[in-house]
Amino acid sequence: MKIAIIQFGGTNCDLDVLHVLKDVVGVDAETVWYKQEDLTGFDGVVVPGGFSYGDYLRAGAIAARTPIMDSVKKLAAEGKPILGICNGFQVLTEARVLEGALTTNEYPKFKCQWTNLRVETTDTPFTSKFRKGELIRMPIAHMEGKFYAEEKTLAELDENDQVVFRYVDENGKVTDAANPNGSLENIAGIINTSRNIFGLMPHPERASESILGSDDGLRVFESMADYITENL
Amino acid sequence: MQYQATVRIEQKAGMLDPEGTTAKRALGHLGYQVSSVKTAKLYEIVLEAESEEVAEQKVDEMCQKLIANPIVHNYTIELRELN
Repeated sequence: MKIAIIQFGGTNCDLDVLHVLKDVVGVDAETVWYKQEDLTGFDGVVVPGGFSYGDYLRAGAIAARTPIMDSVKKLAAEGKPILGICNGFQVLTEARVLEGALTTNEYPKFKCQWTNLRVETTDTPFTSKFRKGELIRMPIAHMEGKFYAEEKTLAELDENDQVVFRYVDENGKVTDAANPNGSLENIAGIINTSRNIFGLMPHPERASESILGSDDGLRVFESMADYITENL
Repeated sequence: MQYQATVRIEQKAGMLDPEGTTAKRALGHLGYQVSSVKTAKLYEIVLEAESEEVAEQKVDEMCQKLIANPIVHNYTIELRELN
């Protein structure tokens, strides 16, 4: 098994993800500079966080249109799991492989804080090691993280069990106070209808070892690795 | 022919404009009471095309593919011939 971690100019969470995959989960992973357009031989992809292209135009907009993203789409079409974290989630929505858009936080400030999340579905290659309804903790760090989609799209996301994580309070309730960025319906992460492309604003790689304050994020990567072992 | 396209990108109706809202509040601190402040982005694109129609078509395509995000933005294109 080998997982590709895509690097664009301005990506800055690539080495954290590499560390978690190789040293904590114990699977083979490699960073791939965006100019290498061939992803043959990889079984999964992580588009990590950062500020690709300085967030010019819109966060993720330029990275989404680089040729390597065509290769990512090709892998996705083969059923391989694709994970977009923070700026990576923005890249996947800008590439239109995930619904909706990430817009400026309701309070227009860079937010860097821990959040409580509720696991809304375990029927994904990225959350199989969680329990449905489980409360977990992961940090966020972004300015453009407000999930927005038209009402019709939001209804479809709910109907198709595509909402993976929601921001909640410590009791697991969806409240405005627990919503760090004004995301519609407190959405923190969604999956596509084929259920192999997952984007989320929180950083699982920053919550993958207990010394960091939480290791809840580790199960995202472990689930992904298990999925690859069992299905590909 | 050479054309200059002025593309104006703004949030769709109903979308929040936190930058505009913050500017409105700051104007209030300075003693200016205004009803609303909205932000927009402006791009000036110079391109060659056989006709104004073709130029507009091309710029519209650019907006759809890159310059705007049709999920959250409306845009207008104004063209003028250069030279």
